Amino acid sequence: MIRTPLRPLARILSARQKGENPELIERENIRLRHEEMRDRDRQRAEGRLLVMGAFFLFAFVSVGLRMGVMANSEPSEPRSAVSGASIIAQRADIVDRNGRILATNLLTHSLYAQPPIMVDKERVARELVAIFPDLDEAGLLKQFTGARKFVWVKKRISPEQQQMVHDIGDPGLLFGPREMRLYPNGKLAAHILGGSSFGREGVRSAEVIGVAGVEKTFDTFLRDPAAAGAPLELSIDLTVQAAMERVLYGGMKLMNARGAAAVLMDAHTGEIVSMVSLPDFDPNTRPDPPIKGVASDSPLFNRAVQGVYELGSTFKIFAIAQALDSGLVNPSTMIDTRGPLKWGKYKIRDFHDYGRQLSVTDVVVKSSNIGTARIAQMITAERQQPFLKSLGLLEATPVELVEAPGARPILPRKWSEISTMTISYGHGLSTSPLHLAAAYASIVNGGTRVMPTLLKNNRAEVGPRVVSSETSAIARGMLREVVVSGTARFGEVEGYEVGGKTGTADKPKERGGGYYDDKVIATFASVFPANDPRYVLVVTLDEPVETSGKEPRRTAGWTAVPVAAEIIRRAAPLLGLRPAIEQGPPDRLTLASN
Amino acid sequence: MRPLLYVLSALAVMGLAFWAYHENYKTQQALRDVEKLQHEIGGLREELGVLRAEWAYLNRPDRLRELADINYDRLGLLPLTPQQFGRIDQISFPLDLFKEMSQPIDLAASLEASR
Repeated sequence: MIRTPLRPLARILSARQKGENPELIERENIRLRHEEMRDRDRQRAEGRLLVMGAFFLFAFVSVGLRMGVMANSEPSEPRSAVSGASIIAQRADIVDRNGRILATNLLTHSLYAQPPIMVDKERVARELVAIFPDLDEAGLLKQFTGARKFVWVKKRISPEQQQMVHDIGDPGLLFGPREMRLYPNGKLAAHILGGSSFGREGVRSAEVIGVAGVEKTFDTFLRDPAAAGAPLELSIDLTVQAAMERVLYGGMKLMNARGAAAVLMDAHTGEIVSMVSLPDFDPNTRPDPPIKGVASDSPLFNRAVQGVYELGSTFKIFAIAQALDSGLVNPSTMIDTRGPLKWGKYKIRDFHDYGRQLSVTDVVVKSSNIGTARIAQMITAERQQPFLKSLGLLEATPVELVEAPGARPILPRKWSEISTMTISYGHGLSTSPLHLAAAYASIVNGGTRVMPTLLKNNRAEVGPRVVSSETSAIARGMLREVVVSGTARFGEVEGYEVGGKTGTADKPKERGGGYYDDKVIATFASVFPANDPRYVLVVTLDEPVETSGKEPRRTAGWTAVPVAAEIIRRAAPLLGLRPAIEQGPPDRLTLASN
Repeated sequence: MRPLLYVLSALAVMGLAFWAYHENYKTQQALRDVEKLQHEIGGLREELGVLRAEWAYLNRPDRLRELADINYDRLGLLPLTPQQFGRIDQISFPLDLFKEMSQPIDLAASLEASR
């Protein structure tokens, strides 16, 4: 670069000759030089900005392009990664508390037909009917020869049937893979599991959805891929469930009952170890819900949860426990039991006449309606209602079954004094056996509220206090006394110190208008061992009759109690309960000499 | 000197290209193997699921009860009752459990004989 001198000699000289200021020339030249420098700097800066701009543009365009490519590309499994979680089924297994399978999946096939590519339609229809006798040959042929291009023949077929269909050898018969829900134990725990069916269906696969029971309650959990196929662990014990179902079925037949239900619950955690409702069904081939008739006659009806009945004298312990807890009575307070007890137009009677008065303990042991009603009068409706609410008897159970929220207890429309009196001995308030089991567990376990649950729960959390632990101990003693010398003497099981309360309630007529004379609901609510309660068992028989005597016996002491005792005899060893050592008679003096 | 450098660098490029292609093919083969193995694992898992279902089906309480009923006498079975719980002090202590081992060979022989 040729640098222009600031004071060019020629111009300076001529300027001097003309008498001008040569400084002006220098200043002019400095100005020009500065302008030149400024232009150069600006150019350079502009160039840099351009490069930066190009760089950012390139960066953003490449990010955008990459996003576009990723958004438009087909997703594919990572080919080189190790496969970690073993998701093989679209629905997780259901297992019992010891990990034994209650529900799992099996891969089968569905059978469909494409009539346009079928060779010999008559022969195919004939041979298909030979394999599947429930199909209709004429109907099939009509479907094959019609305008349809696609026909479902069977939703699930076994491998043997698949081979037989394959042997027909027609190109128009095709198979699609299907995942099928399998309940390997058949009818066992059918009401708890519920059942499943196909949701949206395609040729390649079909959605399996739960339709009832825990299958429906935990539908999203079972289908959640994020759970990585982790099974749903229930609190049910498979062996106890099987034993209880068998004993209860035998008892139901022996007592000529229409139905039966039993709930076995952990008294401290509220886990339902076993819950049976008879008659039952096979969840593998779940029957259709009944269209007409009484809902409770359907095998789908879960009597233990949905069967809301007045459960009779089993409720007496609640009134007694409340009266004891609030200091109104003590176990030896004498209660007037002269009958009948009149209140307005109503009369309350006892099964037998128990004389002038009974102690509170004897009111429970002998099951006196009048005595309990008198105690309820002391309690008053304002105090009875919150107490029953704290036991969970006034709302639906929180158990994890889709049917449970629908089974709300039936309360009296107006909670007057007569309602208080009748509810104290179990009439006027209808609850399910599960409600009763949870309430009994709350009373006997030391007095803290128990929430029934079907999920395995390893930690025992202590609920809010319902009654004091002293009241709980007294109530347990009374229940034990009922079995030792009261209405439930058949309930004695050696070594397990069973305590319990019977309840025989007349069945209300379905169309309203009073009660049946010869139809009862017999209930036995029991706890074992009574001194250190571990389990609560509620057995309910619907319309039982015991006919070994001269006249038919319907009371719970003759029907539900022996069945419950047999259940405890069978189930307690399976639950790992060791029988308590009996206190033998004291040693006599023996003669000895040396 | 310079031509030699050219030749050497050309050879190096060819060698590296050969190596890169080789690695590429090896990677692809490994990926194919992995895919095949994963397919196999999937099949085996499916089979395992079927076997588990079959195991549960064969061990269902109904069937076990029937089998127990059939073989009740032959196996000398008894129903499980509370009376069968025992205490550890009801079992006599096995006396010959800790025999003095003065003659290890004799002891082994006696154990063999008692079998």
